[in-house]
Amino acid sequence: MQFLFRQAESGGFRAFTWPIRGPAVFVTFVTEMLKSCRVVAAALACLGGGGTLPAVRAADSVQIAAAADLVYCLDALHAAFTKAEPGAPLKVSTGSSGNFFAQIQNGAPYDVFLSADLRYPRELIAAGLADADSLTPYAIGRIVLWTTRPKLDLGTGLAVVRTDAVKRLAIANPDHAPYGRAAKQALEHDGSWEAVAPKLVLGENIAQTAQFVETGNVDAGVVALSLVLSPRLAGVGRYVEIPAAAHQPLEQGAVLTNRGAQNDAARRYLAFLKSKEARAIFDQFGFRLPD
Amino acid sequence: MPPDDVSFLGIPAGLWQALWLTFELAAVTTLVLFVLGLPLAYWLNRSRSRWIPIVEALVTLPIVLPPTVIGFYLLVAFSPRHPPGSWWFALTGGTLSFTFAGLVIGSVIYSLPFAVQPFQAALKGVSPDLLQAGQTLGASALSVFFRVHLPLAQRGVAVGLTLAFAHTLGEFGVVLMIGGALPDRTKVASIALYDEVQKLNYSVAHAYAAVLLLTSFALLVAMTVLQRVKAPNQNP
Repeated sequence: MQFLFRQAESGGFRAFTWPIRGPAVFVTFVTEMLKSCRVVAAALACLGGGGTLPAVRAADSVQIAAAADLVYCLDALHAAFTKAEPGAPLKVSTGSSGNFFAQIQNGAPYDVFLSADLRYPRELIAAGLADADSLTPYAIGRIVLWTTRPKLDLGTGLAVVRTDAVKRLAIANPDHAPYGRAAKQALEHDGSWEAVAPKLVLGENIAQTAQFVETGNVDAGVVALSLVLSPRLAGVGRYVEIPAAAHQPLEQGAVLTNRGAQNDAARRYLAFLKSKEARAIFDQFGFRLPD
Repeated sequence: MPPDDVSFLGIPAGLWQALWLTFELAAVTTLVLFVLGLPLAYWLNRSRSRWIPIVEALVTLPIVLPPTVIGFYLLVAFSPRHPPGSWWFALTGGTLSFTFAGLVIGSVIYSLPFAVQPFQAALKGVSPDLLQAGQTLGASALSVFFRVHLPLAQRGVAVGLTLAFAHTLGEFGVVLMIGGALPDRTKVASIALYDEVQKLNYSVAHAYAAVLLLTSFALLVAMTVLQRVKAPNQNP
C-alpha cells in the first residue's frame, strides 16, 4: 500500500520519488506522452468529424442553473417540459443562487438561471451578462420552521427557537442564500435573532439546510416549504409556516444568460415557466404565484 | 469587505479568525495523528497478522476517497437519532456535528494516511541491528523504541507530521458537510474563501487564497529540506 511513500535504497526517507532518473529519460518520457496525446486527439477528431457517433449539438440541450429550493420541484417541472419537447434535453445543476451568480459572472456555461430571488438576475442584466427582456418572475417562495424532533412543540410558531428545546437551529447562509436572508429577517422580525445567533448552523444552500434537519443533526431549521412538501420529504417531521409578513417576499426570477439568449430551446423553456401547467406544479410545491 | 471589520495588516478580522482556526485545527489534528499514528505505523510494520493488508487498505483509503464520502458518513454517524451519535448525545448532551471536536475527528480520518505512511517508512528505515543492539544491552522494548528507534526515525516522522498538517490546511469537502460555517468554531479558511467568492468579495478571497498558497508552499519546501538532509546513523 505504500505507493506514495517509498523507502529509498539508501535507507533515508523520500516521498514522491519520481520514477525516472536523469534528464534524457525525462525527455523521452515527455515525448512519448505527447505522442500518445496526439493519438488520442486524432481518435477524438475522427469520432467527432467522421460521424461514427452522433455528435452532440450543444444548441439543442438547455443548461439550467437552479436555486436549491427547486431541487425536487424541477423533477415534476422537467417531466412536463420534456413530454412537450422531447428533443431538448435539460441539464440541471442545483445550488445556492449566490454561487451560480458568481459562476455566471465568470463565464459558467449556463443558458437559464433560476434564482431564488430577483436581485441576482437583475444584477446579471445590469452587468450585461443576461438578456433583460427575458426576466421572468416564476414563483414566490415560502419559509417554514421544520423539525424532526418528535417532542418539539411547534404550537408557538417561530418563538420556540428561543427556548432551550432548540439548541441548534439551521438556516441557509444569509450572506449569499436568499432563503437564508428571509430566515434572518423573520427571526429579526420575531425579536429572536440575538437570542438565536449562538445556536445557528449555516447551510451552504437551502437543500443542505434541510439535510441538516432531516438527518437530525439540528433540532430545527428554517427551510423552503417547497422542500418539505416534496415527495422525498413529505411526512418527514413536522413544520409550521412562517407568516409572509415576517420577511421580504421571496420573489424568484429566471433569466436567460447571453449564451442562453441564442438558444431557442432555452427561450421555450423560459416561456414554459409561465404556462398554466408549470404554475400548477409550482402551486403544488407550496410556492405562491406571481401575477 | 464588511466595513465593520477591524483590519490588521490590511487583512480583515474575519480572515485572521478563519486562518487562526485553520491552524488550530491542523495543529490539533497533527498532534492526535502523532499519538495515534505512530503506534499504528509500528504495529503495521511489525505484525504478521493476515489482516494487515485490510488494515493498510483502510488506512490508505482517505487518499483516494472523495472527502464528501467521509463527510456524508460522519454526518450520518453524528446524528443523535441512532448510534454512535446517540451514545455521544447521552454522554455529553450535544452532537459532534458543527463542532470543533467533530472537525478534528473528520480531519484525523482525512489526513491519516499522510501521517501513517511516512511513519511506517521512517520506522522501517532504521537498521534492525541497532534495535537488536539496544535489546542485547538490556533495554526494554519500549525503551528501545523511544531511545533508539524514534530518534533515528525522527526525520521521516517529522515529514509525516508536516504532511498531515499541510493536508489538513487543504481540507474542504469534509468541513463543508459537517461544519455549518460557524465563525470562530468551524469556519476554516477554505470555507471562508468559498463564502467570500460567493459574496463576490474577490479582494478578501484573494487574501485567503494567497495566505493558504504561501503556507502550503512553505510547508512543502520545509518537508523537502527535511528529506534531503541525510540522517546520520541509518543503515547504508
